[in-house]
Amino acid sequence: MTVSAALPPRMLKAKGLASRRGEKLLFRDLDFEVGAGEMLLLRGPNGSGKTTLLLVLAKLLRPESGSCELMGGADGEGALHFLGHAAALSNRLSVAENLRFWSALCGGDAASLEPTLQTIGLAPIADLEADLLSAGQRRRLALGRLLCAERPLWLLDEPTTALDSAGEQLVSTLIDAHLQRGGLVVVATHHDIPLRAPSRVRELRLGAP
Amino acid sequence: MRAFGAIVARDLRLALRGGSDALTLVLFFVMIGIIVPFAVGPDRELLARIAPGLVWIATLLGMLLGLERLFRDDDDSGLLLLFRHAAIPLEAVIAAKLIAHWLLSALPLMLASPVLAILLAMDVGLWGRTVLSLLLGTPALAAFGALGAAVTVGLRRGGLLAPVLVVPLCVPVLIFGVGAIAGTGTGPALLFLAAISLVATAFVPFAAALALRAAGD
Repeated sequence: MTVSAALPPRMLKAKGLASRRGEKLLFRDLDFEVGAGEMLLLRGPNGSGKTTLLLVLAKLLRPESGSCELMGGADGEGALHFLGHAAALSNRLSVAENLRFWSALCGGDAASLEPTLQTIGLAPIADLEADLLSAGQRRRLALGRLLCAERPLWLLDEPTTALDSAGEQLVSTLIDAHLQRGGLVVVATHHDIPLRAPSRVRELRLGAP
Repeated sequence: MRAFGAIVARDLRLALRGGSDALTLVLFFVMIGIIVPFAVGPDRELLARIAPGLVWIATLLGMLLGLERLFRDDDDSGLLLLFRHAAIPLEAVIAAKLIAHWLLSALPLMLASPVLAILLAMDVGLWGRTVLSLLLGTPALAAFGALGAAVTVGLRRGGLLAPVLVVPLCVPVLIFGVGAIAGTGTGPALLFLAAISLVATAFVPFAAALALRAAGD
């Protein structure tokens, strides 16, 4: 299978990563590489450090030791989307206004708004205040952020939380398309994310047994 | 640049939809003007003499009121993390929020100042000098406030701590601000006020960005 290289080839490299939260050492000597068009699945029980690892990869948290780097690009912190537990919504803005704001903030293309709304299935309620959305709809809107600006690395923390089965399908589709473009995905989840090309998925198990 | 404008526009839009914030601020400001004549007695000369100081005290306290919402909501919603991956540097994001903060907390006070001027028996000349000194001094108050809010955003009871941190920084602004209204030779005081505002607004985005980055760790 060929990867249509819409994005320049990149590689996420982590060497000897270690992190602690408070007193507890969550993981150490973590080495991995994620290449273009590959997905890394983070597995592990609650509290094993999946979210912490994502925060470290997003450069939002300094690791205790070791380093991680996204090679092959010069755009620094603007090279990734981080989708955490908090959806980063502005409650008093409407669905479309939230997307428009993210798009401007992340340097995206304003023209992608309509298709994005269609993709995430919120087009009929584009003018509804984000305050009134259900948990699943908020999650769908947050997923829309991934589409409002093209960035090579996606860091997703439990992307399927609160989603219905169509929503879970949407996550798979989005990731599939992103990998197809040569993007990189690191996702922490307890659920299965079925992809069209399972060979590109690798698993990293956190939390010593 | 689009990101910069979007942040200012969003903060203004949110505040206008929230509605009551700016109104609360103005009401607080005007209420000081209503209460003081009752407290010190209806002596017009005395009122006019202490009016510059009162206006500045009311402004300072009013601007402290809005500090909490500056970064707290964005921190709760997760947007603060997103700001660190924005198309513009975090420093520029904070500069944009600073501008919005000034427009939402200082500008309404200046618009409400004629009411205070009447209540405190100020004449037109005195009111004009007051507005000028507020115009030059409030950017510094907004900047110091933003710094306090950024430093305390990671703390659970930061809402109480920020004003305590900010007030000492604002004392020079208060001194020169009042000096620029009252007495003779107000020129140097105005220049000092402008200088403080320029330095504060230039440095605070960098200092606040440092604080916000450290807050995550």
